[in-house]
Amino acid sequence: MIRSLLLSTCLAAPAYAGEIWVTNEKDDTVSVISTETLEVIATYPTGERPRGITFSKDFSVVYICASDSDAVQVMDPNTGEILHDLPSGEDPEQFVLHPNDRHLYIANEDDAITTVVDTETRAVIAQIDVGVEPEGMAVSPDGKIAITTSETTNMAHWIDTETQELFANTLVDSRPRHAEFVKDGEQMWVSSEIGGSITVFNTADQTELGKIRFEVPGVHQDRVQPVGFEFTDGDTHAFVALGPSNHVAVVNADTLEVEDYILVGRRVWHMAFNADKTQLFTTNGVSGDVTVIDVASREPLQSINVGRFPWGAAFRP
Amino acid sequence: MKNFTQYSVLFCTCFGMSAQAEVALDVTYLSVFEAQPPTLSNLDAEPVDIGVAGALTGLDDNITTGRFLGHNYALNVVQLDDGDDAIAAAKTALAASPYLILDAPPAMLLAIADLPEAADAILFNTSSGDLDLRDSACRANLLHTLPSDKMRTDALAQFFLTRRWDDLVMITGRHPQDVSYAEAMRSSLIKFGLELSSEKTWEFDADMRRAASQEIPLFTQDLGDYDVMILADELHDFGRYVLYNTWEARPVAGSEGLTAVTWSPVIEQWGAAQLQSRFEVKNARDMTSQDYAAWAAIRTLGEAVTRTNAADPATLRDYILSPEFELAGFKGRPLTFRSWNGQLRQPIAIAHPRALVAQAPLDGFLHQVNELDTLGLDQPESNCEVFQ
Repeated sequence: MIRSLLLSTCLAAPAYAGEIWVTNEKDDTVSVISTETLEVIATYPTGERPRGITFSKDFSVVYICASDSDAVQVMDPNTGEILHDLPSGEDPEQFVLHPNDRHLYIANEDDAITTVVDTETRAVIAQIDVGVEPEGMAVSPDGKIAITTSETTNMAHWIDTETQELFANTLVDSRPRHAEFVKDGEQMWVSSEIGGSITVFNTADQTELGKIRFEVPGVHQDRVQPVGFEFTDGDTHAFVALGPSNHVAVVNADTLEVEDYILVGRRVWHMAFNADKTQLFTTNGVSGDVTVIDVASREPLQSINVGRFPWGAAFRP
Repeated sequence: MKNFTQYSVLFCTCFGMSAQAEVALDVTYLSVFEAQPPTLSNLDAEPVDIGVAGALTGLDDNITTGRFLGHNYALNVVQLDDGDDAIAAAKTALAASPYLILDAPPAMLLAIADLPEAADAILFNTSSGDLDLRDSACRANLLHTLPSDKMRTDALAQFFLTRRWDDLVMITGRHPQDVSYAEAMRSSLIKFGLELSSEKTWEFDADMRRAASQEIPLFTQDLGDYDVMILADELHDFGRYVLYNTWEARPVAGSEGLTAVTWSPVIEQWGAAQLQSRFEVKNARDMTSQDYAAWAAIRTLGEAVTRTNAADPATLRDYILSPEFELAGFKGRPLTFRSWNGQLRQPIAIAHPRALVAQAPLDGFLHQVNELDTLGLDQPESNCEVFQ
């Protein structure tokens, strides 16, 4: 999703300036990092336990899952003012904005439900029963398919966005956390935290194309736990956060082989690229900081202190 | 026999997965009455549905998953009263289903496991930490989702060693559970190169709710100086009165104070907050270790059914003991079974009543197979042969 946002950004904005917005789960704030100075330039209060974060397509508003406030908050990114809350169902954790820029697909972690909210009418337009502890959310570039992964049921649930009904459920390894459509929607990837893998699906028939496994030298296999991941330009490589192994893996998206491991902060969760995708910002929950990675050299550049337990990340130009 | 309830939910909807065959798993939860001796304090009443509530939470998880696959789950709960015939109840349960989750004392677990009717069954021990059940008295049809006492005492020993608290003393109660906990602790201390400089047995008959501040300083004075006092008081009889009344100002660990536990309300990492919240909403109380063990038992069966698309005990047992099996148990690592004695490997929380202090295995305790095997009986020292 961030990928499609960035494409339009690159066309519109010649400058490389931008901001990375990070939700601090245990501070009830968002930290705004300048991608130029690599410093925190603003911190805004949010509802309780902010996690998922995403911008509208024109970046005029930012949506924030305030999990313990049971709301999705809509914030003016220029002022940090909360404009209003959207009904979200209980305990919203993650969400994804449909390409129509209107429908938010929200995982309600405590309720085994995916809620679809119209951001314009501020009404819930559908609630879909999914597995236990829904979390990862994705939507295909053509907008036809939405995905919810359920952590305890261990499935990716495939939602037809026309009917708002499930049309397939595919098992993955234990505790799936994050999903993304890749290569113009031809593939759908799901990370499994406890299973330690990423499963790659063929979108057309939901069959499994392959599985990526990770081995970080010197770290016990059980602690190598893939969570969030993002793709470089052209979807050639995936950067995969490996949780308490404190590393990010670089995966060749064609061969599905791991090419590199990059040391970052402790318990790395999610990430976002800057405008031209030369830098990657990872949220490190336990160390309370963000690691900036130089994408070309695959080296960590520096750490930026943010709030307590940084979780989600999103870019705006 | 009271409370014979059948929780049976049959979902026929397949939510888009029509090709799957119908698979149904019926499980019985059997709790055998065990009289407990009186304790000094009556502050903590044990919930009447201890264990059962965990199993029902696990059942809900299984049902939600099963409805996408055409898998059905049901749980029969049988709670026996004093004087009820546990063997007869077990036979009845085994006639209905080969899956039995047991809350029973060690001798009764073995008696049920040895029934001819249980020969091809899968039984889960969710109530006893007795080491012998995992060692020379192990049974091939008896799996353990509750950690052994030794796993818990090893966890504390790792913590003492990490903190360099190597001068240790212990006070042991007189109940058999206290004595076996103390034995486990002594063996854990030896395993990690620690030792007790002094030991005492708790011998008071007085009402410590009133006399603790006078009696305990004197009682603990002759233990001399030390780093930590260990209490072996598994029934929670006297231990709570020892804290802050010791002659030396030192931390207390073991059965009170800093404890090593299977589960605790203070565990919130690794998604545990979600399980805690599901449990609390449904049961209006905190989830206990025994609830967790029962939850893990029924989730183990659910996970095996999900992955094998089968419900016969031979297929499920093979899968559960295979390297492919892993349970996401909200403890930060995949949980697997020791294929040589049927014990569920799991991290152990080191906690006080208000927070998690550490989680064992601690950093630096390495193992050639799995770091979780630094906790409890390891394969080379095991006398369990029926799993081979």
